[in-house]
Amino acid sequence: MAEKQRWNFSAVFLLLFFIILAVMALFPLYALFLASIKPSSELFRYGLNVRLDFDVMTLANYKAIFAGKGGSAHYFSWYKNSIFITSLFTVLCLFLSSMVGYGLAMYNFKGRNLIFTLVLAVMMIPVEIILLPLYRLSIDLSIINSIWGVILPFVVAPLPIFFFRQFASGIPKDFMDAGRIDGCSEMGIFFRIMIPMLVPAFGAMTILQAMFSWNNFLWPVIVLRSTENFTLPIGLASLLSPVGNNYEVLLSGAVLSILPILVLFLMFQRFFIEGLTVGGVKG
Amino acid sequence: MHQKKSRFRIGNSQLIAPYIFVAPFILSFIIFFSYPLFQAILMSFQSVLPDQVTFIGLDNFKKLNNPSFYKALYNNFRYTIYTVIVLIPIPLILAVFLNSKMMRLKNMFRSALFLPALTSVAVAGIIFKLVFSELDGALMNTFIQWLGFDSQKWLYYPGLSMFALVVIATWRWIGINILYFLSALQNIPKELYEAADIDGAGLFSKFYKITVPLLKPITIYVLTITIYGGFAMFTESYMLWGSRGSPQDIGLTMVGYIYQQGFQYFDLGFGSAIGLVLLVITLGVSMIQLKFMGLFGKED
Repeated sequence: MAEKQRWNFSAVFLLLFFIILAVMALFPLYALFLASIKPSSELFRYGLNVRLDFDVMTLANYKAIFAGKGGSAHYFSWYKNSIFITSLFTVLCLFLSSMVGYGLAMYNFKGRNLIFTLVLAVMMIPVEIILLPLYRLSIDLSIINSIWGVILPFVVAPLPIFFFRQFASGIPKDFMDAGRIDGCSEMGIFFRIMIPMLVPAFGAMTILQAMFSWNNFLWPVIVLRSTENFTLPIGLASLLSPVGNNYEVLLSGAVLSILPILVLFLMFQRFFIEGLTVGGVKG
Repeated sequence: MHQKKSRFRIGNSQLIAPYIFVAPFILSFIIFFSYPLFQAILMSFQSVLPDQVTFIGLDNFKKLNNPSFYKALYNNFRYTIYTVIVLIPIPLILAVFLNSKMMRLKNMFRSALFLPALTSVAVAGIIFKLVFSELDGALMNTFIQWLGFDSQKWLYYPGLSMFALVVIATWRWIGINILYFLSALQNIPKELYEAADIDGAGLFSKFYKITVPLLKPITIYVLTITIYGGFAMFTESYMLWGSRGSPQDIGLTMVGYIYQQGFQYFDLGFGSAIGLVLLVITLGVSMIQLKFMGLFGKED
């Protein structure tokens, strides 16, 4: 407030530069939205374009998805599945990963370095390598084609563990001792003292993990076998069929699929950036 | 005396507590990581049919000597190199700009650039399949016509397809990487720059001597996830060309090849062998990183 800001050539240039960048970033989303409110015949004739033609605009694509046309009969089941899986995954993932990260950061115990090395190893090895055995394992465990099949194998994730460990390392151990003196149990220290202190980290990780789960494709497409169990990305991909793409429901379906995660981002945005900044992935 | 006794009692639970905290990771690591990894290694030496598993030695690995595999390998390497070239320096410089005192509407731009990351690869795939459509009126063709070029069939030629894939990666990831760099920039003490100002350092020397070195940890982190993402790429290609694959495998990747062999041809043994090669490559890359950049070396 105190510092008076001056406009100069560089500031104007920077502003213009970033306006162009922001337009470029938002352009594809704008084009998608525009296409979704035009008849699909337009799309086949001209392709994805940004012509504003108010005469042809219509909500037909949205009505089609609500009517369950063109392969989208299960669209709202996919929606429900995505919301359920993402909520459950995010809550469980944050709870379990924060426990592990905290344990690694705050205690000196035998095997600590080994476990941390394993966390880093899991982080660096693409899970895609174990896709086929994981598929067989989920058949053996009878979690195939179910919500648990999607969630369980990845719910204890190395990245949030690493992040929570980094974040917790910055908290003085004095808080633990203070808790112990007050007669708090080790679990109590975690739940009553540490979780409140880890809130910024939870904020950052909520967005990242919810995004991951909401947008996840490869594992769900393998583990979910029946159409009504699909999540949104897989359902949308299934509308792109070799025989003909159902663009009318595909476009409106794609637009609607962005909404929940967008709302979550707008709600948590402040915590997200704060959490990343304070915790920092400092390597 | 009293204090010693109570410390002993609590000390007891302090010995067990850490193991309770890390138990979720240990369990998940054993069940969903090491066991499948062991299975993957085993399967790569087997022919796995629904009711018959036979040990076939190195046959799966000998089968890797085929054009599709080399194409997948080549595509992954190219894609990874391009994404690293685009997604490290550009976000770093943009973050420095965004962080400068002259910058206005920082939060708005930060959010605008981050928004693409919220769309799933599936949705991004749908959008860019249309953007890179061969129709004259499609976005990319309109753009290059405006620049004076002819319309292109983007998804039919290797170079153009690679361009499309890198554009998608850039669009989806640039905002996230900017955020990572921004968060690290905000942790650099301002005094360093003030001291440099007193010494009469210019804009560029401050950038090279203070900003870049202090951003090294975050740069290594972003580099790691970019390389990882490069070698694990699959969905983008699946969305652009569909489950039946791209013409002449121009969009085939290692993971795409695993998917094709494992879930379309049900050749689990061969699929695992491809996975093992991918494992060796990623381990190799990690080792090089560990060696040359001292990744995580300063921990503990």
